[in-house]
Amino acid sequence: MGTMFRSEEMVLCQLFVQPEAAYVSMYELGEAGIAQFRDLNPHVNDFQRRYVSEVRRCSEMERKLRWVAGELPEPPPPPKPDRCSLSPREINILEERIDFIESEIQEITRNARNLKSDYLSLIELKTLIEKMQTFFQDHSAQRKISASVQIYNNDAVLGHLGFIAGVVTTARIPAFEKMLWRISHGNIFFKQAQIDEPLKDPITGHELQKTVFVVFFHGEQIKLRVKKVCHGFKATLYPCPATYKDQLDMLAGVGTRIKDLEMVLEQTENHRRLVLTNIARDISTWMVAVRKEKAIYHTLNMFSMDIVKKCLIAECWVPRRDLTVVQKALENGVKASGSPIPSILHYVPTHETPPTFNRTNKFTRGFQNLIDSYGIASYREVNPALYTIITFPFLFAVMFGDVGHGIIMTAFAAILVIYEKKFSKVQTDNEIWNIFFGGRYIILLMGIFSIYTGLIYNDMFSKSLNIFGTSWRNVYEDGVLQNHTMLELDPKTAYTQTPYPFGLDPAWQFASNNIIFLNSFKMKLSIIFGVIHMAFGVTMSVVNFNFFKKQEMIFLQYIPQILFLLLLFWYLCLLMFMKWIMYSAVAEDPASGTSCAPSVLIIFINMMLLKSSEDKPPCRAMMYDGQDQVQKTFLAIGFLCIPVMLFGKPVYKMIMAKKRKQYQQGVETGEEVEKEGHDGGMAEELITQCIHTIEYVLGAVSHTASYLRLWALSLAHAQLSAVLWQRVLIMGMGYPGVNSLKLYVIFAVWAFFTLAILVLMEGLSAFLHTLRLHWVEFMSKFYEGQGYAFAPFCFTDILENEDDERKAAAETNGGPPE
Amino acid sequence: MACKFCGPKLSLCGLVLSVWGIIQLTLMGVFYYIRAVALLEDLPLESEGGHHSIESFIATVEAGYTQNAYNCWIAALLYVITLVVSGHQFWMNNRSSVSM
Repeated sequence: MGTMFRSEEMVLCQLFVQPEAAYVSMYELGEAGIAQFRDLNPHVNDFQRRYVSEVRRCSEMERKLRWVAGELPEPPPPPKPDRCSLSPREINILEERIDFIESEIQEITRNARNLKSDYLSLIELKTLIEKMQTFFQDHSAQRKISASVQIYNNDAVLGHLGFIAGVVTTARIPAFEKMLWRISHGNIFFKQAQIDEPLKDPITGHELQKTVFVVFFHGEQIKLRVKKVCHGFKATLYPCPATYKDQLDMLAGVGTRIKDLEMVLEQTENHRRLVLTNIARDISTWMVAVRKEKAIYHTLNMFSMDIVKKCLIAECWVPRRDLTVVQKALENGVKASGSPIPSILHYVPTHETPPTFNRTNKFTRGFQNLIDSYGIASYREVNPALYTIITFPFLFAVMFGDVGHGIIMTAFAAILVIYEKKFSKVQTDNEIWNIFFGGRYIILLMGIFSIYTGLIYNDMFSKSLNIFGTSWRNVYEDGVLQNHTMLELDPKTAYTQTPYPFGLDPAWQFASNNIIFLNSFKMKLSIIFGVIHMAFGVTMSVVNFNFFKKQEMIFLQYIPQILFLLLLFWYLCLLMFMKWIMYSAVAEDPASGTSCAPSVLIIFINMMLLKSSEDKPPCRAMMYDGQDQVQKTFLAIGFLCIPVMLFGKPVYKMIMAKKRKQYQQGVETGEEVEKEGHDGGMAEELITQCIHTIEYVLGAVSHTASYLRLWALSLAHAQLSAVLWQRVLIMGMGYPGVNSLKLYVIFAVWAFFTLAILVLMEGLSAFLHTLRLHWVEFMSKFYEGQGYAFAPFCFTDILENEDDERKAAAETNGGPPE
Repeated sequence: MACKFCGPKLSLCGLVLSVWGIIQLTLMGVFYYIRAVALLEDLPLESEGGHHSIESFIATVEAGYTQNAYNCWIAALLYVITLVVSGHQFWMNNRSSVSM
């Protein structure tokens, strides 16, 4: 459990590895993900590094694999868990195989494309001939034409009609026709018919709308011109026999060729599918292997060579607890390479700040993320995430207290948690879903705590639960009840003097002063929680001071700070407790009756402003004897703490500096001058301390007030849910029958608004306010957050990141238009 | 044999809503039936102070409670039908996505 309390101890290690052993060792380290390597040749260009060619080779393989994966009809199955590393020889084989597969698929694709374009032209020819037959046959008006054409083509008579037939894109037909008309001065006859079923473009696979046309003309000159126009409009011309018999023969020939081609096409497609399915099984595994390979060489590029080029030198940060794993990885590398020289690991003492590393599991990760998004903890500083696990859901629930909404939230989170294995396999881009899934344990705890606070507030969808029986009773006669719509219940007589065992008495739901009572109660609770939370935060700084050997700061900073907070604000809380205990409706002494209960806030303000108030018999101005003196003492001590906070640290530093100087002069080791240069020293120190002090003193006031958001949001939540019930759900009540149908619809509406507004929106707002209370009010008291995160060399991270990057790239480029 | 008229999302939504509706409306019906005071505000009590005696007032309240209880239960029954329909649709959707 100690791991969560502060970040782990890190060691800077130097590794001396034989180049032959390096690969296997790095593979093991990458699987373990425990070492953060430092770039030892930052000034070397990327292209001048040692393993550039390997990295480039891997990139090339990755590109090819990506291309092949794009050719697959459906996304490949996830990679098999495969923990053994690939030897250089296996990598070579894999590379050759990938090369072969790529060229094979390219070949198949090219062949298929050629076949398809042949097929397309055959189909076009076939339809062309079919249409031609109708052109030539049906109309009686055209018989003449066809007759003359036949004569012309038989070369029997010169100067009769010729024709050209072809296929052109439908969209171009009007322009085409007009152009033909123009060039021939109207001396041609143009016939067209659209091809009904759309054809497929062999390259893109898009659908093509094409039209068959025949142009009849007269004379060679026009023929040439028509051909030119056809060429310009990218029309495909087909030789078409003029006689009916020839046409039939040709049709038959084309038919058989089409059939043959169809068969060949089908076989090609089958072959291609077979090749692809064979690959699909392994492609993800290969992809992972190649990516790992690339990552290893990328990391090896960060190492430096020793002078004689006999071994690689690496520097890395490793958690002290994982040193044995590193040692093991190095040994395995040596064993695998069979070299007689062992790899060496040794620690380098350093003054650099190590990275911050908090070991988390699936439960604590969410909470650690909440803290880390504010700032990564300084190295070995107290980690607030540990306390956040409880305080975060609790403060959230204070604002969100409602049993019903809590149950909804718990049920949702419970489903996420129970089926987490199933859900985590499904990779989605849905950001909202990922946020909910990542924070499932936070949501679960928030839901459970909300049920608890809801029971305390006795709110379930704004209705109270009367579990134990209320402690209030009716004291009025029937006659009085009949004539009044509202009556006052005096706690002296109507209250049974035994409190409701758990939470709020359900009778308050009907009280018209419900809100007034709850406001006063919740406001006081908020301030009490707030002061405790802040005092705890301030106390956490003691742990830091102790750990970093700055014990003097306990006296110079912690004690004045905590005194200031406790004497002023915890005293306010104490007054609240006293008010709750000392005053009662059944008190015999009138001075402690309900009418004499003082306003705590006014007492506190008077204490601050040094005002005194007079007794108004039978009430007393003060709650206890000597209160005035006690308050004045508290105030005086509280304000005396401010100069200590302000000058304590600078003065202490000044004295220490002077002492050190005297000591150095005494010993006369004048050569070693103090390295930390104090430029502007004292003034700067004073200014920072001044800012800190002002921040703390003003913060103590404003942060205490800031905790009132607990009350404000809780009030808003309760009122909203009450309004939703009274304005919406009640509409469905009444005589059963039609109203039941109405209730059926109204309930759906009510459920939608409950979910959208009360659970989602209010939940989000309460979450954000809780986050603020932790970041600003709690963590500002002790948290530095100046560290940098530990980023180990880890395969799982690398693979995940690349997936994300690829997805992002695909999104920005946009998929092909559909 | 059966027609599919809801998508996977709509049928899931109907499923969740009807489960929630059945649980809450049945419980509300029970609470009305045992005359839970917390739900008094929901009763359709027309005239304020228009009752001649406490007895008549109590009678109105009792009638209101019973009436609301049956109302809730009928609505809950309607949600049972919704549950069956959307459950069937959900099943159909799941099955078709598997077979494809």
